[in-house]
Amino acid sequence: MKQKRIMAVASGAVLALGMTACSGGSTTSTATSGSSVAGQNAGVNKVFQPSTVKGGTLRYGLAGDWDSLDPGDTYYGYSFNFVRNYGRTLVVFKSAPGVAGTKLIPDLAKTLGVPSDNAKTWTYKLRDGLKYEDGTPITSADIKYAVARQLDKDTFPNGPTYFNDFLKDVPAGYSVYKDKNLADLKSIETPDPKTIVFHLNKTFSGFDYFAQLPATVPVPVAKDTGAKYKEHVVSSGPYMFDTVQVGKKYTLKRNPNYDPTTDPDSGRLALANNLNVEVGLNAADIDNRLMAGDLDVDVAGSGVQAAAQGKILSNPALKAKTDSAVSQRTWFSVLNPDVPPLNNIECRKAVLLAADKTGYQRAYGGATGGDIATSLLPPVIPGHVAMDLYGAKTNPTGDIAGAKAALAKCGQPNGFATNISYRAERPKEKATAESLQQSLAKVGIALTIKPYPQGDYFKLYAGKPDFAKTNKLGIMVYGWGADWPDGFGFLSQIVDSRTIRASGNTNLGIKIPAVDAALDKALATTDAAARNVIWGDIDKMVMENAAVLPGIWSKGLLFRPANLTNVFVNDGFSMYDYTALGTTKK
Amino acid sequence: MAREVFLTHEEVLQPVSAGLEVDPSAKASPEAVLAGPGRRIEGRSLGQIALMRLRRDKVAMAGGVVVILLTIFAVLAPLIVSLLGHPPNEFHQELINADTQVPIKPWGGISRSFLFGIEPVNGRDLFSRVLYGSQISLLIAFLATLLSVVIGTVMGVTAGYLGGWIDTLISRLMDIFLAFPLLVFALALAGVIPDQAFGLKGDQLKIAVIIFIIGFFNWPYIGRIIRGQTLSLREREFVDAARSLGARQQHILFKELLPNLLAPILVYSTLLIPSNILFEAALSYLGVGVQPPRATWGGMLSDATQWYQVDPEFILPAGLAIFVTVLAFNLFGDGLRDALDPKSR
Repeated sequence: MKQKRIMAVASGAVLALGMTACSGGSTTSTATSGSSVAGQNAGVNKVFQPSTVKGGTLRYGLAGDWDSLDPGDTYYGYSFNFVRNYGRTLVVFKSAPGVAGTKLIPDLAKTLGVPSDNAKTWTYKLRDGLKYEDGTPITSADIKYAVARQLDKDTFPNGPTYFNDFLKDVPAGYSVYKDKNLADLKSIETPDPKTIVFHLNKTFSGFDYFAQLPATVPVPVAKDTGAKYKEHVVSSGPYMFDTVQVGKKYTLKRNPNYDPTTDPDSGRLALANNLNVEVGLNAADIDNRLMAGDLDVDVAGSGVQAAAQGKILSNPALKAKTDSAVSQRTWFSVLNPDVPPLNNIECRKAVLLAADKTGYQRAYGGATGGDIATSLLPPVIPGHVAMDLYGAKTNPTGDIAGAKAALAKCGQPNGFATNISYRAERPKEKATAESLQQSLAKVGIALTIKPYPQGDYFKLYAGKPDFAKTNKLGIMVYGWGADWPDGFGFLSQIVDSRTIRASGNTNLGIKIPAVDAALDKALATTDAAARNVIWGDIDKMVMENAAVLPGIWSKGLLFRPANLTNVFVNDGFSMYDYTALGTTKK
Repeated sequence: MAREVFLTHEEVLQPVSAGLEVDPSAKASPEAVLAGPGRRIEGRSLGQIALMRLRRDKVAMAGGVVVILLTIFAVLAPLIVSLLGHPPNEFHQELINADTQVPIKPWGGISRSFLFGIEPVNGRDLFSRVLYGSQISLLIAFLATLLSVVIGTVMGVTAGYLGGWIDTLISRLMDIFLAFPLLVFALALAGVIPDQAFGLKGDQLKIAVIIFIIGFFNWPYIGRIIRGQTLSLREREFVDAARSLGARQQHILFKELLPNLLAPILVYSTLLIPSNILFEAALSYLGVGVQPPRATWGGMLSDATQWYQVDPEFILPAGLAIFVTVLAFNLFGDGLRDALDPKSR
């Protein structure tokens, strides 16, 4: 929900590591199918080089610094993925290839959350025999403490604010470091050491997605050192920290007190004996080291840089070692209904019909950058229904005749003039604007291109309805990614008209009453399957309304070094699954 | 009146040379012998001497020729492009590899119909984009230089000639302008330019604002030089003489001082132009300036930096255009200075 951060987060994934040594022999139990045949996308929807052989050291590398290894203070998709190696949450995304990875599985809890009181109360029962790395038992009070401590955003500024926003009665300025008495936080109850109950301020059917956040990784009160806890996080997962050099290097070894029998569902394999993580590297250097075999996984998981991509795509041998991972992100443009004549749905339809969809795709790197989107909701998100209301598949370069007919219905048979805005620092958005200018000119829609600084794009420009209206920003180039593959995280901040404020909006102008009503209905629907249908319906309503011009369902190009075993893209994270990887390198 | 008696710098030579004129029918004087039959011995003005020196300087002449050619190319860009290229914003996606997004043909897609190759992604013609980009660069550089020179000369002459508190005031003003963080200011100002103002809109307004920013904030450089020259000139005998004969200030400024300041003005204008071209390129590199899809050299360079590993040829046309233009202006400017003021060599 926190838009900018998330957008950075949600993008791809790169790493996957595995651990173990000998070449992949036996097939793992989690793999539904597997193969050792190399080739592009050998790790997409299936396991490449399946293996259960343990041993070896996996070498992870990250460009720039990790926001924090403290599970209560991190907000990157790669972090959510990697944290499962040293922390266990109430529920977790299954370690499985493809769409199976988007399924939530109980981890510390015995079952998924049990809702009551109209999905305002959620109860979890813990498994037996759970222990920290030092052998002390994990209790529900530790989980309450972990969630409570990260409510203090002064101490932990990085993490998401979902619990702050949804828990009932969090006292203003609440901090466990000021108020040591946990009983004062009444919205989380621990009636016994095996039970934890969350009370929400509103009906929220998707609470299990909150329960998978690293914020629910238990933290022992006695070992908590506040902002310094990241220097030694106490492990509840298969690995524990061995050495920590913040901002430089982390090494993890096996956690002797991790009992796999208490973890029957998550699919964690923990094949390697050791994990080494180097941070503060250069992104281009990471790509080169991956290709040279000096590194196993790029932690960021968003795909190789443009330079490496060019090298890889022009070399079939390198291309065979890549996986194109679909991410939970759509690049699209919002058509502003406040700017005439785009207040007329026929004029909006004309834009959707006339736009050159292949040009949009080229702007984002061609087929490697993503697939042409035919609706707003990415296919990886449960509930997505295939549709193509504006002929993106039949007329990928634009339906001129259809657009002209729509323009005539709109009362603008000769076209009209409007402006298109984009974030000046983003060359792909610039290319999008230039491409749309060319293709819409064919039906007489004249676009003037308006770049604005990305730092203030939402605060002062496209995200400020007054500005967008007076400056006639008819089309606003944009993009959105979800924190996890679920319709709530993806849609609520970009299509709910009630979130529109005077400035700083993430919804750039989609105002459809039926969509608002459907969002409310989804939040109250506790049956996941029924809820997912609603997300699909909302997507369809947005497209029928011609409120957005969908561009690209984004993909990341992940490089897969030859020594990795048990490699697959987990759609829950849109990257390689970091708890499944093994290595043949001793 | 003053002219007859008191000669200015330039005029000093005239009567002397006039005195050398010899009637060919007269007896052979040593001068006539020296000149040979049928040739009159003529005195040369300072301007002619400078021109002669400039002509002998082959490097400067080459620079000058390039400058003239560039100007012609820029002015005639639409004509040249219609003969040798494609419209600057026209896409040629069929020439691009859809997978790698770089031109299918080697060397950045150079061919007979795309002389400088094509852009990655959309395949726009780099030849015509460089030519159209030169229009923006040269227009901004020339007009901004003109603005700087006009303000700088007026302020410099005023400060140098009047002296006193006016000199102090103007000199401090120059210090303030020189200390101004111009690039940061330009970036900030360009962000808040409205769509319409002063009867201009869109790109016209942006170009006008950039000319103003570059021109207005660069005047102190030329202003200081003019002030210094004026300071030394106003103590010269011919100025003293004019003053003592009661010449009006206007006369002294425009007839006595200004002609002697022409040389430095000319030289520093020629040297200011390339620095303004570079500044404009820096601004458009940073995304300030005219709006896409209009081509600018800086904008092309900035686009090319993302492709330097997979399509290195993309960086060459705009990079070389800036390089050649700046070099040509600098060489010409250097030659001009040497020609006009050989002592400064």
